[in-house]
Amino acid sequence: MTSVHSLEVKQLAYAYPDGTQALFGVDLSIARGERVALLGPNGAGKTTLVMHLNGILTAGHGSVAVAGTPVRKDTLKEIRQRVGLVFQDPDDQLFMPTVRDDVAFGPANAGLRGEELDRVVKDALDRVGMLEAADRPPHHLSFGQRRRVAVATVLAMAPEILVLDEPSSNLDPAARRELAEILRSLEVTVLMVTHDLPYALELCERSLILSGGVIAADGPTRELLADTELLAAHRLELPYGFAIPAV
Amino acid sequence: MHVPDGFFNAVTSISAGAVAAAGVAVCLRGARRELDDRTAPMAGLVAAFIFAVQMLNFPVAAGTSGHLLGGALAAILVGPYTGVLCMAVVLLVQAVFFADGGLTALGVNISIMGIVTVLVGWGIFRLVTRVTRSRGGITAAAFLAALVSVPASALVFSVLFAIGGTAPIDPMAVAAAMGGVHVLIGVGEGAITAVTVGSVLAVRPDLVYGARGLARPLILRGAEGESTTVGVPEPVVATRRLKPFLLGGVGVTLVLAGLVSFFASSSPDGLEAVAENKGFLGQASDHHFGAWALADYGEVGGIPVGVAGIIGVGLVLLIAGAVAYAARGRNKIKV
Amino acid sequence: MGAGHHHRLYLPGDSVVHRLPPQCKLLAVLAFAVVVVATPRERFWAFAGYAVLLLAVAVVARVPPGYVARRMAIELPFVVFAFLIPIIGMGERTTVLGLSLSVPGLWAAWNILAKATLGVIASVLLAATTEPRVILIGAQRLRLPSLLVQIAMFMLRYLDVIVDEMRRMRVARESRGFAARDFRQIPVIARSAGALFIRSYERGERVHLAMLSRGYSGQMPIIQDISASARQWSAALALPAVALAVLGLAL
Repeated sequence: MTSVHSLEVKQLAYAYPDGTQALFGVDLSIARGERVALLGPNGAGKTTLVMHLNGILTAGHGSVAVAGTPVRKDTLKEIRQRVGLVFQDPDDQLFMPTVRDDVAFGPANAGLRGEELDRVVKDALDRVGMLEAADRPPHHLSFGQRRRVAVATVLAMAPEILVLDEPSSNLDPAARRELAEILRSLEVTVLMVTHDLPYALELCERSLILSGGVIAADGPTRELLADTELLAAHRLELPYGFAIPAV
Repeated sequence: MHVPDGFFNAVTSISAGAVAAAGVAVCLRGARRELDDRTAPMAGLVAAFIFAVQMLNFPVAAGTSGHLLGGALAAILVGPYTGVLCMAVVLLVQAVFFADGGLTALGVNISIMGIVTVLVGWGIFRLVTRVTRSRGGITAAAFLAALVSVPASALVFSVLFAIGGTAPIDPMAVAAAMGGVHVLIGVGEGAITAVTVGSVLAVRPDLVYGARGLARPLILRGAEGESTTVGVPEPVVATRRLKPFLLGGVGVTLVLAGLVSFFASSSPDGLEAVAENKGFLGQASDHHFGAWALADYGEVGGIPVGVAGIIGVGLVLLIAGAVAYAARGRNKIKV
Repeated sequence: MGAGHHHRLYLPGDSVVHRLPPQCKLLAVLAFAVVVVATPRERFWAFAGYAVLLLAVAVVARVPPGYVARRMAIELPFVVFAFLIPIIGMGERTTVLGLSLSVPGLWAAWNILAKATLGVIASVLLAATTEPRVILIGAQRLRLPSLLVQIAMFMLRYLDVIVDEMRRMRVARESRGFAARDFRQIPVIARSAGALFIRSYERGERVHLAMLSRGYSGQMPIIQDISASARQWSAALALPAVALAVLGLAL
């Protein structure tokens, strides 16, 4: 593919200030419009990697580029608009008094005001089916609804890539399905960080396995999940009774 | 202990409001220095935490229970500036949203429960930790700081009461009663603060503002197995700012005491004075109020109230200092 | 304390009082409280006048009396204290039902009860007719430093979250047979408080990250602003103005 990738990570290594090294040279690239799952056991460095994607952490070595723009101090503002990070706990993400204010926070920081801001907010809420909740305080919503609003808060910034941290955690089956439908309907590049393997299979053609701070495998989700030895080697397991459905 | 409307006269309420506003303004700047753009979310979350722990009732003695004030705890965990801010916001929210504490008494409440507890608590904590920086020393310092902060707050309340209280109770009796009860509550506050600080220290020592600089020195290992240690830089912030902070605190408290009592004694209450001048006050009530207006605003046991206020504040500081000094001696032996 | 239910402080409605801009209501309540506090206590009927004023506001705003009464429970500790004043008070004494009471003490008790009650009712009416976040917008309009407004905003937003966490910890303690009986249990309670602090602090850090991720650079964007017309100002300030008139008549 000759076009610019949505996300390009090269030889990324990082150690925390206390000396613990979490990433040991991560290489990955995601083409525009792809939906990719990043799989890995706890402690594999998934969260650390995610923190690099919008410059909350800065690379100790190597580079991260979003749509061709390198993540650096001077590009932070632009990068943070292009990378939409959806946190695992929607309560962390929804900090404003009402849903509307929360969705407006990002675009307003980017300088939108008045009717244009209103339009962007309505559009984002509409895409996740939460328009009617615009004036409610976030803590009155169910967990699933809060996660959908959290997705809307980053959609409102028209990101190049949507990065979701454990999107299916704590969701009941119905909320889980609703979120999957929403994610499928979005025409945006998605990187989904999860250890919910069936969810990855349902939503993403391609998967990466991050283990021990490096990318241990990269390929079609179906193939990776069918390789029991590979999964076992990286402490990944399909739920009991789950089998990869035949095509 | 949230003071409602009408407990203090209007002049005292407004003067305390001015002092509280000045104190909060100083802390807004200080907190920005400590936390920079993290101030709003961090202080907000810590304020919510303080609000929550104030709901914790702890048993003090048989049959009685107290609840945490949290001023000293806030100061030790997040630093004095942010601590005052958190306390002020908690009190503001309680007054405006929960009608807990009068709107006109907000200044009094912020002064005695926010500024005084944080100032006294932080001052004592710093004095003790200046001598010992061990984990045990920090826990002991937290205990003392919280223990003294509560009766100190009660004493300042008594001083304000002597100056501008609306009830005809002997100020010394108020001070004695308030002080007595609050020493008991202070023990509970001290215990709960010490264990809370200790438990945070055990898990995330980096989160305890008052324990910065407790980190162990880094060890560098060379190729031949020799190792050198690199000192961890002292937390310049805390040590260097202690003096101006304490001096400022003492200054603010003295100004509060002096200013309020000056106004209170020279013009008892604007409206009451007008009423009296115009002869509106009835014969009988004139007699009653004339009689105790003197006792209320004029003198306490022969000492002008303005002076009494300053003496009271001095006493609080003296007691605090003495306790801290005693603790310091004990800790020296231990270490 | 009604903590953890702070959203229930607000009674949704569409009355004139509900629709007034928050800054007008805040200033009106504050001014009203000052007038009340400054009223000499022997002006009985001035206090009656204030009570009638608040009653009128409650009727217009359709705030049910039961709601106000429940919220007034916050005042109880000081009511108890007020009843003690005549017993321990100084000065001339009188005998009521065989009880020796201080006359200035009785006056002081009346003074505190009347003023505190009026202040509480005024605050309760404000909170009942104005959403908490809207009150904060009003406070910002009245030039309360925006950093303070932001801190209060975050506090209100996360109050429920944190109080819920604390409640879960208490349930966990009690389901393992713990009961806070005397001071020996303080360490257990305090350790929960320590854990709660760590959770709160770490959440604060995550919230800050979430804010940074959406372009926060130290300033909150002002998304909503409510301006008030002269008519709205005069409608709101009618409360303290009439109160002041009542006071003037009383003097």
